[in-house]
Amino acid sequence: MISQIFSLAFLAQTIRITVPYSLASLGGVYSERGGVVNIALEGIILNGAFCATVGTYYTGSPWFGLLCGIAGGLLVAAIHAAISIHVKADQIISGIALNLFAVGITKFVLEILFQSSSNSPRIAGLPYIKLGFIKDQPDVAHLLGNPLVLLTVLIVVASHFIIFKTRFGLRLRSVGENPEAADTVGINVTSYRYYGVLISGVLAGLAGAWLAFDQHSFTDGMSAGRGYIALAAMIVGKWNPLGAAAACLLFGFAESLQIQLQGGTLPTQFIQMIPYLATIVVLAGFIGKSVAPGADGIPYEKEK
Amino acid sequence: MADPVKSRKHWLEHPATQNFLIPILAVILSFGVGAIFILIVGQNPFQVYSVLFSQTLGTSYGVGQLLFKTTPLIFAGLSVAICFKAGLFNIGAEGQLQLGAFMTALVGMYTVGVPAFLEIPLLILAGMVGGGIWGFIPGYLKAKTGAHEVINTIMLNFIAAALVSFFVTNLFNVPATVHTPDIAPTGRIPRFDTIFSSFSGSPVNFSILIAVLAAFAVWYYVDKTRYGYELRVAGLNSKAAEYSGISVSKNIILSMTIGGAIAGLVGTNYVMGYKYYFEEGFSTGTGFMGIAVALLGNNNPFGVILAALLFGMLEYGGLVINTMVPKELVSILQAIVIIFVISSNKIFRKIVVNFLKKRTLRVND
Repeated sequence: MISQIFSLAFLAQTIRITVPYSLASLGGVYSERGGVVNIALEGIILNGAFCATVGTYYTGSPWFGLLCGIAGGLLVAAIHAAISIHVKADQIISGIALNLFAVGITKFVLEILFQSSSNSPRIAGLPYIKLGFIKDQPDVAHLLGNPLVLLTVLIVVASHFIIFKTRFGLRLRSVGENPEAADTVGINVTSYRYYGVLISGVLAGLAGAWLAFDQHSFTDGMSAGRGYIALAAMIVGKWNPLGAAAACLLFGFAESLQIQLQGGTLPTQFIQMIPYLATIVVLAGFIGKSVAPGADGIPYEKEK
Repeated sequence: MADPVKSRKHWLEHPATQNFLIPILAVILSFGVGAIFILIVGQNPFQVYSVLFSQTLGTSYGVGQLLFKTTPLIFAGLSVAICFKAGLFNIGAEGQLQLGAFMTALVGMYTVGVPAFLEIPLLILAGMVGGGIWGFIPGYLKAKTGAHEVINTIMLNFIAAALVSFFVTNLFNVPATVHTPDIAPTGRIPRFDTIFSSFSGSPVNFSILIAVLAAFAVWYYVDKTRYGYELRVAGLNSKAAEYSGISVSKNIILSMTIGGAIAGLVGTNYVMGYKYYFEEGFSTGTGFMGIAVALLGNNNPFGVILAALLFGMLEYGGLVINTMVPKELVSILQAIVIIFVISSNKIFRKIVVNFLKKRTLRVND
């Protein structure tokens, strides 16, 4: 069993699962650090996956498809931002409605374009960087050479820097922690909140594109709860980019362990529960309490 | 001089008007947006909508299907609504109804031979206990640790799904299936078609009466009893509640538990009234739809019934129009209704205030 776990294939499997979690989870961090709860991550991922598939299918270019995936994610995020920030409506309900909307609209268009309510035709994957040192396992080489893997690592590290070491990050955090104070010193609360949500659209859209390329097609509801796991990881990671990514890695590890041990001693359902149980435990403060940004989920009403 | 317009409330400003007007406007607007989607497919919106209405409301079979879909939505909507009244957001109805329906089936399969007048209440109670436990957990965590119920109920939905999946694949299933054995025959709730033959073929059953009773019970509890009063005060202003001696944490736990118990009644429709067993994946997001139903029904128990009827009609209606338009049109409509309701609550009030302000200025000129 130990040798199974420390194989290259297992590592690849863990990375394959962790990449979309991390991207979406970082998206959640940006959005909520800016004070907007983003349950719409699930719908953003789904729409990102769908748009990436459609873009790739019609142009034959996965790079163009990747851009479409980002655009698809941005679109849902922009609606969520408008409802949450401009209209100041309930962010949680908006997120739930948008998740429902994404499920409906992707299947609707899928049926119109491809006459199928379940899946798209096959699409090409992203080109990969050839890794000379892995010769005998082409699948693993393809995965580790995927430019999005490298990009994800870069985004994780850069996000930590952006959120905690730059002026932009400070301002983003300030509008999420105490918008009144931020406003008093001249920070535009509305703009920064938009930035946070829109960045989450880009990142979760990328997560969706990853899923589509990894599977070489779109299937209905393929986000399969990943947006919620990303939220869980964000909380377990205490709204920090590095923490969220570490939590994603942990969840990804547990999940590939579950795949590895299928039919083994521990029922798979109990491994499935790990991310959710971990979140409840951390939220309750049994192991190091996780506290949300001060104004997370609260619309900002400027005093007149 | 006293302003005659200002002193008297304009009818548009009345909460009752807004509570009615906003949902109706939201539904009309969403059908309007839906029409655009229908046009994109190259169909005639009027034709599609007329089929949608005539095939669901125009035949007794259609009405039966509609009511069958409405029943669980009433339970889920009431569950969300009562928690809303207590200032809590129960996104966990999905998990609560899974656990509740499973408990109903579990108790049902082990109580063969119990007479119906005991068995039926017993299975109803089992569902309430199952759902109630799943509502109690996030309520307790919120009251004792301050952990946000939204996140916890989302997490508990997934845990419930995994838990019942484990039960019906490993412990309590008919071999090679993902459902439990049948419940005791005495625990069955009769279908409408056993009495009215025109409903023949549709699974609608008398559990819908339990749903309506539950709505009355929620209305009475929330609006007419001391407990309901405390619950509402705790929900509106927790500080004021504490000052007047109302325990907010007790009310948090209580309302979440009651909410869970009501969601747990979904098993009366599916397990006791339709399949007679619990099956993995029997609920396709009913708990989430309950949020929409509560919202559209303005958290009023009778509003919930009306909203559940509309959503039940849409759910069955999707299948009716599937030959003309992809049935996902219905999910799009439902999502847009929700978005319009939460947006128009804010926008509509703003428009009304501005409109009245302008009028007041004109009158004063």
